[in-house]
Amino acid sequence: MSVYAPQLETGSPPTSKRGRRSSPWTWRWRDRLVLASAWTAGLGLCAIAAAIVLYMGYRGIEYLRPGLLFTRPAIGQSQSQTGGILDPLLGTALLTLIGIALAFPLAVTCAVWIAEYGRPRWLARVVESSIEIVAGTPDIVLALFGLSIFQLGLFAPLSFRAEGGGVYGRSFIAAGAMMSLIALPPLFAATRDGLQAVPEHMREAAFALGKTRIATIRRVLLPSVRSNIATGVTLGVSRIIGDTAIVLLLLGETLHIETQGPVPVVSLLRGTGSTLTSYVYDNSPAGEGAAPQKAYAAAFVLLVFVLGLNLLVDRIGRSRDRATGLSGVGGVV
Amino acid sequence: MLRRLRNPWPDHRAERLLGAVSLLVGACVIAMIVFVGVRAWPVFEHNGLSWLGPGGTLETQIANMQATSVNPPASAFRLNAWPLVYGTLLTTSIAIVLGTVIAVLSSIFIVELAPTRLRKLAIPVIRLLASVPSVVYGLIGVLVLVPFVGNHLVTASQKNSVQDFVELTGAGLGVVVVILTVMITPIMIALICEALMAAPASWREGAVALGLNPLRAVLAVTLRAIRPAIVAAAVLATARALGEAVMIQMVSGGSSYTPNFSHGALIFFYEPLRTLASAIVDYHEGLGAPALRATLYAFGALLLFSAFVLSIAGYLIKLPLRRYQVRG
Repeated sequence: MSVYAPQLETGSPPTSKRGRRSSPWTWRWRDRLVLASAWTAGLGLCAIAAAIVLYMGYRGIEYLRPGLLFTRPAIGQSQSQTGGILDPLLGTALLTLIGIALAFPLAVTCAVWIAEYGRPRWLARVVESSIEIVAGTPDIVLALFGLSIFQLGLFAPLSFRAEGGGVYGRSFIAAGAMMSLIALPPLFAATRDGLQAVPEHMREAAFALGKTRIATIRRVLLPSVRSNIATGVTLGVSRIIGDTAIVLLLLGETLHIETQGPVPVVSLLRGTGSTLTSYVYDNSPAGEGAAPQKAYAAAFVLLVFVLGLNLLVDRIGRSRDRATGLSGVGGVV
Repeated sequence: MLRRLRNPWPDHRAERLLGAVSLLVGACVIAMIVFVGVRAWPVFEHNGLSWLGPGGTLETQIANMQATSVNPPASAFRLNAWPLVYGTLLTTSIAIVLGTVIAVLSSIFIVELAPTRLRKLAIPVIRLLASVPSVVYGLIGVLVLVPFVGNHLVTASQKNSVQDFVELTGAGLGVVVVILTVMITPIMIALICEALMAAPASWREGAVALGLNPLRAVLAVTLRAIRPAIVAAAVLATARALGEAVMIQMVSGGSSYTPNFSHGALIFFYEPLRTLASAIVDYHEGLGAPALRATLYAFGALLLFSAFVLSIAGYLIKLPLRRYQVRG
């Protein structure tokens, strides 16, 4: 009598040649190709960034003399006579100041209104998409827009005026107003995301203590998103100092900062000037003055600013991560 | 009056005030569309849509515009913007295709492959690439890449073969596309990385448990799930590439030539061109001449319109992403 006894497979469990972790060498060649190109792409981008920084650093050290930072640009025949980059530096600083001063209240107000009130819903949606459209608009179009606005008779007192009375629509205030539109989207997004990440119980606790909504915003929410706002401001500043098109069209590209009118501060705001970006552009072979050494020196200064702002964003983000325990690549740009 | 301001605000007044200030942004967008549109209108009024077509030489047409007086006749607005539209489409599309591939690969590298220490290094480095000002890219392009291409890559026989149409100096499509790709890739990487990290790990783990190798699991499951994010990233990068003015003006060779494939694939990449945005920078000093001003505003209106369409497209594409809480 034989009992039905199927031949069970015995022996050790099937051993795989590749061991516990699959090694890329056993993958199909297509996967290996993707793997290799992913490494190449990632490392290649890092290499490009490193090459740009190193090359500009090399050129900067070669051509930048400390004296250049403190002398005003001049018209001259040779490289040694064309002066330094003091005026462009001041122009960049002034423009950044105006741009952030205009963008900051607007962006924070929008963010607060959308995150905390947002009624009626469709109106909030309109504001949000307007900011998205502003973010997507090329800076050169913003510059054209600014020019058309500040050439209006209404705004004529705000801009540079030729002897004959023609309105050019060019001034620090005109360029600064358009710069504020460039700084607006990152500042808004950072503040809004911060507000949305504030836990609901903080608001509830404030309401339970009898605070109104606006008091909660002022005393509880805004202080707790300070570091988000700081990140937004830093991103906005790095946008503003890197922009060229608006400066070319709206600041007049004059060699020196030129004031307009007798009143001290107003005359500066109505005046024209240049920034580091327009200085680089004008001194490159694309502009009229072919002075690559000066262009390299100014571009190096510009790049140092941008690097510094990047480190600042990192620093703020890291201290926030430590405080809230959140982390991620969020906001790589 | 002052006391009323200093006392705590009633909530409804605060809400209305904040809302009113927020609406300023909307007003700004409307004003932008109106102002640019009104200034561009004469061009479309006199030319219709044939303005976008080919024909004529752009340089002579623009020189004619600069010569006209305060009240230009309708004929002064005559222009064929096709070389610029073609240049814009060409540079943008090649850069987007290249950039999307590189961005997806490097996002996989950053999120899935790189060791932690390398990842910590790569993220700020790539972020730096995104924040380098365009004029610095342009400077490196015009002082390093253009001479390199012009002196070492373009051969004399290539120069001779097209010397009847165009002069090959090195500045042209190839350099523009390379720099533009480097400029827009980091923007896409930011969005794609975010989506890759937000996609549920359990999906990929399930695929690995079924026997796929880890990389194939990412390619087959995660990447497919975040497809909308990749498209949204490409749309955002398109908006950036379309509007890039200063860098392209510096390295594109500044002549309204339409790169032509019939001269050979390599020469195609050496040929100069001009885009809508770079033409505005080229001619911004002629903004005083009414006909030219209207034309430049028409270029701007075209860019604004594309930005508008792209932002709507971006919104629609991001809709399905909300299903699994991926913010784009």
